[in-house]
Amino acid sequence: MTTTASNKVRLATAWFGGCAGCHMSLLDLDERLIDVVGLVDIVYSPVADIKVFPEGVDVTLVEGACCNDENVHLAHEVRERSKIVIAFGDCAVTGNVPSMRNRLDRDQMINSVYFEGPGKPPPTSVLGHFLPTLIPKVLPLHQVIPVDIFLPGCPPDPERIWAAIVALLKGEPVLLPEEMRSFG
Amino acid sequence: MNRTELYAMAQAELDRQQKFRCRLLCCASTPCISSGGTAVYEAVKQAIEAEGLQAEVEAVATGCVGPCSRGPLITVKMEGREDVVYEQVTPEMAARILDKHLRSKPVALDDKMLPADWPFFVKQKKIVLADSGTVDPEKLESYVARGGYTALGHALREMTPEEVCEEIARSGIRGRGGAGYPSGLKWHMVRKAPGEKKYVVANGDEGDPGAYMDRTLMESDPHRVLEGMAIAGYAVGADQGYIYVRGEYPLAAKRLEKAIRAAERRGLLGSRVLDSNFSFRIDIRMGAGAFVCGEETALMASIMGRRGQPVPRPPYPANKGLWGGPTLINNVETFGNIAAIIGNGAEWYASFGTEKSKGAKIFALAGKVNNTGLIEVPIGITLREIVYDIGGGIPGGRAFKAAQTGGPSGGCIPAEYLDTPIDYETLQKLGSIMGSGGLIVMDDQSCMPDVAKFFMEFCMDESCGKCTPCRVGTVQMHRMLDKITNGTATMDDLKRLEELCLMVKESSLCGLGQTAPNPIYSTLRYFRDEYEAHIKDHHCPAGVCQFGAKAV
Amino acid sequence: MSVVTLTINDKLVSAQAGQSLLSAIKDQGIDIPTLCCLEGLTDWGGCRLCMVEVVGSPRLVASCVTPVAEGMVIQTESQRLTAYRKMIVELLLSERNHICASCVMNGGCELQSVAAKLGVDHVRYDYLCPDLPMDASHERNVMDPNRCILCTRCVRVCDQVEGAHTLDVMGRGIQQRVIAGLNQAWGTSRSCTKCGKCVQVCPTGALFKKGATAAEMEKQHDFLIWILDGREKKIWRWS
Repeated sequence: MTTTASNKVRLATAWFGGCAGCHMSLLDLDERLIDVVGLVDIVYSPVADIKVFPEGVDVTLVEGACCNDENVHLAHEVRERSKIVIAFGDCAVTGNVPSMRNRLDRDQMINSVYFEGPGKPPPTSVLGHFLPTLIPKVLPLHQVIPVDIFLPGCPPDPERIWAAIVALLKGEPVLLPEEMRSFG
Repeated sequence: MNRTELYAMAQAELDRQQKFRCRLLCCASTPCISSGGTAVYEAVKQAIEAEGLQAEVEAVATGCVGPCSRGPLITVKMEGREDVVYEQVTPEMAARILDKHLRSKPVALDDKMLPADWPFFVKQKKIVLADSGTVDPEKLESYVARGGYTALGHALREMTPEEVCEEIARSGIRGRGGAGYPSGLKWHMVRKAPGEKKYVVANGDEGDPGAYMDRTLMESDPHRVLEGMAIAGYAVGADQGYIYVRGEYPLAAKRLEKAIRAAERRGLLGSRVLDSNFSFRIDIRMGAGAFVCGEETALMASIMGRRGQPVPRPPYPANKGLWGGPTLINNVETFGNIAAIIGNGAEWYASFGTEKSKGAKIFALAGKVNNTGLIEVPIGITLREIVYDIGGGIPGGRAFKAAQTGGPSGGCIPAEYLDTPIDYETLQKLGSIMGSGGLIVMDDQSCMPDVAKFFMEFCMDESCGKCTPCRVGTVQMHRMLDKITNGTATMDDLKRLEELCLMVKESSLCGLGQTAPNPIYSTLRYFRDEYEAHIKDHHCPAGVCQFGAKAV
Repeated sequence: MSVVTLTINDKLVSAQAGQSLLSAIKDQGIDIPTLCCLEGLTDWGGCRLCMVEVVGSPRLVASCVTPVAEGMVIQTESQRLTAYRKMIVELLLSERNHICASCVMNGGCELQSVAAKLGVDHVRYDYLCPDLPMDASHERNVMDPNRCILCTRCVRVCDQVEGAHTLDVMGRGIQQRVIAGLNQAWGTSRSCTKCGKCVQVCPTGALFKKGATAAEMEKQHDFLIWILDGREKKIWRWS
């Protein structure tokens, strides 16, 4: 795998519609994180507070399903600027829990959540201008951009993540054994 | 009734008919009824009464004549003169027809007269439909007068069951339901299959979009089907027959019911048929609107009162069918051929058609063609003769693009094969099937991916849902076609579609799923450029599809 | 009983006449994925996962509903079979709302494990996301059509083993549903004996015990064989 000047893999993680559990699971690599940090540069991540998705990324882990136009926009950026895109966890792979809204009508759902329920409704302008618009159906990542590797699990446990990282760093194809590739 | 009485009945009816100077045959099958045939028939009867011609003129409600788009039709039969067929008859025309033919008044009706040498008529070879449009389907005597039930009498008295099966085998007739399995072989199998109780089933659950051959046969000449079934019953050793009639065909069921009752009353069905030791009962079973019940195992499940879902074969119905007994299932059109084969001999029948496909086949000619209707043509006729001679070409002089045969299980035949003779083998080679006989002509305004989508939607709605490939596969294929026709598909989708087609074809449980991808296959085979134009250029060459949607 | 000889994966084996191909394959210790099939119930042939290649036949056959025949040559594994099985599992996953993370059978689900076994790590088809209400009217069990794969094990066990025939299917194609009674709330069905066999044979989380939460439910299939052995062979398993 090509690396940067510092000889480290440029790694990004992105967080779309999901519970951040996959990121938690990544952190659950525990002491192995120290080895990882020695080998990779984290160039973009919800835990690193970097505003713009950088160019020339080697590997991007995408957690979460594509739920709104911002997710879709970032997904395309991720694809353009990353060599390898990994659908990280069930939400990115299948749509999972966020996709449970798919059986409902989007506008009706927004109405019943923000306008018909208790409490003060937000000014309508907010929905269109400051908040990203929900796309009609929640989509798994591979239905928006081409995905190279699928890492299922809700969340994928640290062992799966570790197996994938080891394979990637060795430049081998990521072939998880049966017990490491189940959904849920 | 014995055979002597049968001949007497025929003679009496012929004598009765000859007493009339003129007989007006009014088409009373569904297409003509829907274009106002009932009112025309009533008007003709009234006109006869009003002019006091009851003793000279008879009005008869008959079955289908053929050119359905020209209906309502009236055929004027007069002793010593050629038959004259009038198209698009209105009630008001009834009196004028009487004036012209009985009073020899110079009435201008020529523009409504169909020419006697019209290619629509002369290019056909009518075997099953020979009497359709001539006999009164609600009158047993009318069928008997045309030689009806003599073949049954002949088989019962002069042939052994084995000889009957052999005669059918030698005629070379193949199943008219679509797959083209040699009927004689099937009959032999059922005859030889061990079992106390055997059954004969006529499949009249015709469900292909645009096809109405079976309906017309059952409506126009029900006794012909019954006679064929009775001969089959004798040949295979069955004493019970069922006609499975599609639920949407109430008129066919009514006329069959009436025909069965009449035949039973005269001893042509029921116990001791024609004073022989052979007994044969026929009952009608109505479908409830499921296409899959045309599949033989699902059909049998439905007859037995179960959910109409196919079961895997083997065991084949010939060995284990209705209630576990050996069962002969043929299409009603196949049964329609039987009396003619027994009556005229296998050699006569085998003289029509091609080397491997004998006889004639009924097609329901529909779509973008000038003369739509029901035709029976010798197998081996070319598509060009059907479309341009019989069909009278494409309206507006537009270009022929393709013809879809075999409905949702079939495929399309493009213009370059217009001159290929139509039989079971060549159609299969072209990626289509003979099917039950639906033939839909398309001109250059038809978009092929859209056509494939139409048939896929049909299969998706009609899948019984038992096996996964068909139940979900058809839905996913339809979605992909939908994406192609609204311009949101990628070439990747097309690849996925082709993979899915192959899987559904090879792993579905019954014929419905196995053939569901055929319209996609054949349109892809001949019109791949159209698919690619939709995907790559967002352009529909035929100008049918709208591209408004945007992919995420 | 007569014996037939056939070739399974290039190995000559013998099987009893009348035996299903699937059981002959399993007798050889060969693993083959199944979903609708369950020992003790009649064969259905719906899921099509147990398809095998029969040499000389262009079509694949579902081994559960195909009887063994003398001289048959069978392949149970091939690239084509693996590809088709994967597609079928993907179709099943796309059909309804199989969201493993929120399912009572997470970790014990047969669909989930078949998917993992076949290497289905994503679904290439659109999720259909139907809107299907759950039926929790029964005092003990819940029916969640969102997880149903229409294998009809529940329908068959209810009819063939319990003899109640409370459950059946309605509709056709993708509209097909497992229903109780005449499509009434399960709890109002008078024929249901509340035996719970349907729950135990269900391969997914479509039927589960009331109160079970995510990943909590475990199902036992063995009971079926206990009942049938006792009923038919008078072999009682008291353990």
